[in-house]
Amino acid sequence: MIRFALKGMLGRKLRTILTAIAIVLGVTMVSGTYVLTDSIDQAFDSIFTDVRAGSSVVISGKSAFDLSDGSGATAPAFDESLLEEVRGLPGVQAAEASVDTESAQLIGDDGKAIVYGGAPNLGFSIANGDSQFNPLTLVEGEWPGPNEVVIDESTVDKEDFKIGQEVGVQAAGPVERLRISGVTRFGSVSTIGGATLAGFDLRTAQRLFDREGKLDEIAVAAEAGVSDVELLRQIRTILPEDTQVLAAEQQAEEDASDTNEFITFLQGFLLAFAGIALFVGSFVIANSLSITIAQRTREFATVRTLGASRRQVLGSLVLEALVIGALSSLVGLFLGLGLAKLLFWLFEAVGFTLPNQGLIFETRTIVVSLIVGILVTLFASLRPALRATRVPPIAAVREGATLPPSRFARFRTVGSLALTALGFAALAYGLFADGLSTTQLLVWMGLGALLIFIGVALFAPRIVRPLASTLGWPATKMGGAAGQLARDNSRRNPQRTASTASALMIGLALVTLVAVLAQGITTTFTRSVEQIFTSDYAITAQNNFAPIPIAAAAAAAKAPGVEAVANVRTGEGRINNTNEFVTAVDPGAESAITLEWKEGSQEVLGQLGREGAFVDEGYAEDNDLSLGSPIEVLTPAGKTLELTVKGVFDPPTGGSPFGVVTFSSETFDENYVSPRNLYSFIQMDGDVTEANTEALKASLADFPNAKAQTRAEFVDNQISALSSILNILYVLLALSVVVSLFGIVNTLVLTVFERTREIGMLRAVGMTRRQVRRMVRHESVITALIGGVLGIVLGVVLGGLLVARVEFIEFSLPTTQLVIFAIATIVVGILAAIFPARRAARLDPLRALQYE
Amino acid sequence: MQDGNSGAVVVANEVTRRYGKGDTAVDALRGVSLEIAEGKLTAVMGPSGSGKSTLMHILAGLDKPTEGSVTIAGTEITRLKDSDLTKLRRRHIGFVFQFFNLLPMLNAEENIVLPLSIASQKPDPAFFADLIDKVGLADRLTHRPAELSGGQQQRVAIARALVSRPTVLFADEPTGNLDSTTSAGILELMRDSVESYGQTMVMVTHEARAAAIADRVLFLADGLIVRDMPRTSQGDILAAMTELTAVV
Repeated sequence: MIRFALKGMLGRKLRTILTAIAIVLGVTMVSGTYVLTDSIDQAFDSIFTDVRAGSSVVISGKSAFDLSDGSGATAPAFDESLLEEVRGLPGVQAAEASVDTESAQLIGDDGKAIVYGGAPNLGFSIANGDSQFNPLTLVEGEWPGPNEVVIDESTVDKEDFKIGQEVGVQAAGPVERLRISGVTRFGSVSTIGGATLAGFDLRTAQRLFDREGKLDEIAVAAEAGVSDVELLRQIRTILPEDTQVLAAEQQAEEDASDTNEFITFLQGFLLAFAGIALFVGSFVIANSLSITIAQRTREFATVRTLGASRRQVLGSLVLEALVIGALSSLVGLFLGLGLAKLLFWLFEAVGFTLPNQGLIFETRTIVVSLIVGILVTLFASLRPALRATRVPPIAAVREGATLPPSRFARFRTVGSLALTALGFAALAYGLFADGLSTTQLLVWMGLGALLIFIGVALFAPRIVRPLASTLGWPATKMGGAAGQLARDNSRRNPQRTASTASALMIGLALVTLVAVLAQGITTTFTRSVEQIFTSDYAITAQNNFAPIPIAAAAAAAKAPGVEAVANVRTGEGRINNTNEFVTAVDPGAESAITLEWKEGSQEVLGQLGREGAFVDEGYAEDNDLSLGSPIEVLTPAGKTLELTVKGVFDPPTGGSPFGVVTFSSETFDENYVSPRNLYSFIQMDGDVTEANTEALKASLADFPNAKAQTRAEFVDNQISALSSILNILYVLLALSVVVSLFGIVNTLVLTVFERTREIGMLRAVGMTRRQVRRMVRHESVITALIGGVLGIVLGVVLGGLLVARVEFIEFSLPTTQLVIFAIATIVVGILAAIFPARRAARLDPLRALQYE
Repeated sequence: MQDGNSGAVVVANEVTRRYGKGDTAVDALRGVSLEIAEGKLTAVMGPSGSGKSTLMHILAGLDKPTEGSVTIAGTEITRLKDSDLTKLRRRHIGFVFQFFNLLPMLNAEENIVLPLSIASQKPDPAFFADLIDKVGLADRLTHRPAELSGGQQQRVAIARALVSRPTVLFADEPTGNLDSTTSAGILELMRDSVESYGQTMVMVTHEARAAAIADRVLFLADGLIVRDMPRTSQGDILAAMTELTAVV
């Protein structure tokens, strides 16, 4: 029986391979994701460990509360006098102080800021060249002296910098010109995620970063024989309140926590798409196997007459699935290595270089890829395999025997509707139930979507006939007799057409869902900007989201024609024991932006003073705040700000630049480390004119990282981040569409094979090869369109539900995108038909008639 | 075991088979009783629609009678569970089909031993060699069905049916898909198997020439056995058939 199963597969190589492709692609994605994220993880780990290699313990500033990761907030710096105290402690062999920043902007020879994608511009003081605390190696030149800088090799190469030349550097203040003294490399890594590295001596760095007399860190090495524990104890005796000390390994872990979180997210994110591709793949496999098994009905009946039991029939099919699953998983596993390389390259191409020290191939990658691939194949093959066991032996003597209908066939309609309803219920529960965690929400939504897709796929055979009639109408007009036959063929076996189309439906539903969300976000966001941003220009960082030094806006304020400037600074504060996003504005806001006030009025913006604050309506309601209510905000530096509510504003649906609590920039600057602006809005005399634009640009000449833009440009720039996220989503979802494309190819090949005699007859009565090709192509397009229409409708419905849940998005139909998706669907149909149509056209009419 | 009828390996008792229900019901068999003698070749003849195929399907356990019983090697088969029926097939039943029903991906030898492989048995080498020699396939064993002629394919199918030495071999129009020269060879092979192995066979056919090799010829018409002849000539069979068709 084993031989029967294996030989059966070998005898149908093409069909087996076409079936396997669906699983190969999904497993490739799983394996590629693991290889990619493991490799990045490894590279980052070594970076963070290298940094601390020479240290025993590390002293750093301590915030009054744990800052949220990724908020950009930094711990306060501490007084540099601590360094000498530490050096004087027993057991300390050496100690070195440093300051660092993530925004040490290098300025290219062309005067433009050097930015690689969204990567940070790291700047730091470096210890004297031979210091054990210095993780850099010098490739060329000298370590930096006063007013000198060393730059990483990759940036030097890309910008073609020469040692001895001057380069612009901008951190907290305006651009300074420094001499490049050397080129460095970080350990063995060529690049740290596309970041630029600029190293200075301590005094220069302190001046550039606005930390004079302050330090961010002290790295300490213990004398031989002194344990870390002993050293920690020693240091704790003299440690000021605003600092902390950690063992070097612990500090490295803390340094890595942000990136680790990012890697975990990236892994989950990519795995989700791998899961979708596998889900679509399982449809393709189930469908291919159903067709193959139907074609082998007589074979199964014959082996039953020869004494094979039902269990043996099931066993041979399961074995077949096992082998297909194992082989395709194995292929996918290794293709995953290639995919990881491709992804590294792709991320680099979009300007988001990931560190790479070679691909890491973990045992876990192998185990998970193989298990997932095999299980999905087995699971998908179960239903067709069970149906095969129901073939009665008597089918061996009947002409044109067909598979008996499944035992559950009569429950199909009710069952599919119930499943769909259950799916929507799960989705609605996930979306609208109170108090679900993000994970629970995602699980419920995922489960809901899964059930909906299965339900609709099971129901689809009922609507294939009318859909095919409508969608096939153009084919009958364009394709003549071939088109007519194509339409009839697509209606012939509704179940087959439906399963084939369903695979494509899933991909298109998700793509449409994304488009609906994006359209909603864009429209709502644009409307919000138009409501709030009532002045003429905005200033942001070149990358649109990084905070910029306040000196930039201050310089712009001096430009001729400026009437008012509204700077928005951002930071984090702890209010009622939760971390909140807080913002600050200056009095100019009154005339540069417009808010809708529930309590208080527009004048509040100009009258916040030292203790005034305004809050958004939702936050005011949740916390029972109204005019005159007191609010206490704990800053990361440990100071408590006692503020009074002077206004409550109603943010537009698309959100506002303001956090839950906003106070004056005066108060902000006194209490926050290195205050920076997120946005500056500027009102000018004469509104937007060429002269005004020029004047602003000129005023920002010393701040290459800042750019002035009109309202329309501002909207476009802010949304551009969304578009790159969208493009990534589309690319990832395209994989599932490719899987379903192979599903169509597979069905068509099997169908052509099945209709060999019929095609031979058509050729014999005068159909040309071209007409045969056209017939197959039209059938393919009709099938694809059925999937496309179902998917787009489902996607709009799902997207609508999601939009209904998210407060800051309003529903808006992405008409252009939907038209593009429909056209893409037709293209998928045409592409899928190329190979099967050629096979069909090549059939020799005579042989076609002799077949069997 | 064989309830008194020593020598009968297949016994049918008052078998009726009705298709459909109510007004549209059709009786394919209307109370057929018969015994198939061990070691003999029994032919079942009749015009199309006479119920001869239905009778064979029921005797072989492929179909169930509406009423009546069938016993093979002492076991009543009409109420057997699928798994027990499967076991019975392995030990007692062999099939030869009109369209050969060989598995295209297996070569001749693999096709022949398939019933044994399914039952996890190995062929007895001496018997297997003798069988291959008898069916004349010694130099064709590694060929796939597609590489064999129709006659050769049917020889493979006959060898496959004989390899497990079943109690009874059912042949459904074994020459129905072959030209007359090839048919003659196949019939000769079947007769030879009965003679040398003592193989009990039941053959459904509508060809007088095929029925002429049988030890006994049963004629069916309208779901009833209308005539039962011992071994006879092709001419007598033709005459009987003509008579039968005329009556109907």
